[in-house]
Amino acid sequence: MTENHISIQTQDLHCQFGDLHAVDGITFEVETGTIFGFLGPNGAGKTTTIRLLLGLLEPSAGSARVLGFDTHTQADQIRLNCGALLEHSGLYERLSAEDNLDLFGRIWHLSSEQRTQRIQNLLENMGLYERRKEIVQTWSHGMKQKLAVARTLMHDPKLVFLDEPTAGLDPLASSGLREDLVQMARRHGVTVFLTTHNLAEAEKICDRVGVINKGKLISVGSPDELRLKQGTNSLLVVGRGFEQSILNELKAMPDVTAVEIQDHHLVVHFKQETESGKLVQFLAGKGVMIDEVRKGKASLEDAFLALLEEEE
Amino acid sequence: MIQDIITIIRKEWKEVIFHRTSGRQGWVSILIIVGIVGIYLPYMSGAEWLSDPISLLTWAWLPIIMTSGMVADAFAGERERHTLETLLSTRLSDTAILLGKVAASVLYAWMISLLSALAGVITVNVAFGEGTFLFYDPVLFFGGLLAVLLVAILMSTIGVFVSLKASTVRQAYQKLSLSTTAIWFIPFILIQAFPNQSMDLLQNLAPALEKNLTVVVLAVFAVLLLVDVLMLLLAKKRFKRTRLILE
Repeated sequence: MTENHISIQTQDLHCQFGDLHAVDGITFEVETGTIFGFLGPNGAGKTTTIRLLLGLLEPSAGSARVLGFDTHTQADQIRLNCGALLEHSGLYERLSAEDNLDLFGRIWHLSSEQRTQRIQNLLENMGLYERRKEIVQTWSHGMKQKLAVARTLMHDPKLVFLDEPTAGLDPLASSGLREDLVQMARRHGVTVFLTTHNLAEAEKICDRVGVINKGKLISVGSPDELRLKQGTNSLLVVGRGFEQSILNELKAMPDVTAVEIQDHHLVVHFKQETESGKLVQFLAGKGVMIDEVRKGKASLEDAFLALLEEEE
Repeated sequence: MIQDIITIIRKEWKEVIFHRTSGRQGWVSILIIVGIVGIYLPYMSGAEWLSDPISLLTWAWLPIIMTSGMVADAFAGERERHTLETLLSTRLSDTAILLGKVAASVLYAWMISLLSALAGVITVNVAFGEGTFLFYDPVLFFGGLLAVLLVAILMSTIGVFVSLKASTVRQAYQKLSLSTTAIWFIPFILIQAFPNQSMDLLQNLAPALEKNLTVVVLAVFAVLLLVDVLMLLLAKKRFKRTRLILE
């Protein structure tokens, strides 16, 4: 058995379809009660990883344990204790919202009272209780997504897999859902395995993130660790006189990776962490009026893009 | 397991019977069938409806045809509407999902048959009863219900195979119609292909059928039961979620 404080543990996990290595030897752990963000471009292997962890696919090699259960031999136990919102909302659109939740309550053998109570709590939290009798088919994408999240939580799972849960939600709903996820993890000790393209979202709520590309896990750590790995390798210059010729000269420098103008300020990206002195000296020599120079802080998105670039 | 199978049956029925299509709920279609097979046709046939084997074919056959739509939707529909993966990610076992789907369509057909047959009894008694209670020949009635059950299981398991392979409901329905038509037309094709041999065979069988009709019918039921069990076992072997996810 995996120790209780580890909810997910993979060891050199592989999944191959013909010549395609959808998941290529990934090894990571997710601690219980934390939010783990799984980031990667389209087709990187995120959904396949979730399918492997739920025992919906068999690994070609390697192993994984979820909540202490082996994904190959004890997948039924994993599915009993987990909730999953996969690529599609998976709602029965010919049924009402209430019937959808009731169905999943029945699947998990909740009593009639438990189902009624849980449906009310979840739908009230999502602001959908008044519309519970409506057929889901007529609902907006955002409402369906909220209902799908509610369905995932219907049986109080110990671990939830959420594949792009905020996709299609308006900013208010996304923010509400993020708060709910954080509360779930912090107050109730629920572990959340989340895939998202929204890196700002991952940065806000994830305790740890893993970056996957072409089936390989290229980095795992807290968002801060990932950002630090990338360093603060950009400088922002507030001033005037950023002529195109100056920008071109900067671009031609060997340690510069990119030069851009953002909101009339000059942003210079370097290959590695760089002192501002040399740049200031160069710009002053070209007649640029410098008011201020700030070290840029790499966002998770910068770190993510840099990691992918390194991989390429 | 039983509770899980009932959950699936309940879900299937809710989706098919109570969903609204063109402003009409699914149960209205059932009422129409029962109205035709259980009221209109018995009224037109008179008291003979309860003793004529042809009536059995009518109230047993039509509902079985109705299962095609439901069973075609079983997996292809879930796949088309992107609900299959979510269903497979639940705690339900493969067997519970499969048996729930099969049972939903079999019971659907069987209950329509039963309702149609009982409506026929009421219609005949109200219209032609003349003070005495008229009912089907018990062998015909219970034999008919058993036949519906066995044939519906066969149709459903064939439907499950087709539905598992199809990516859309339309494709499943087309394939299912073709396969079932082929199965039921095989005897006619054989008779056409070998007319003399078929006539000889029928002439040889006729006396045996007359003498031992009950035995022959029971033998047919036994064969059907065996085929049903085999088909269910094959369907169970075919139904693996790790395989379905990739299809």
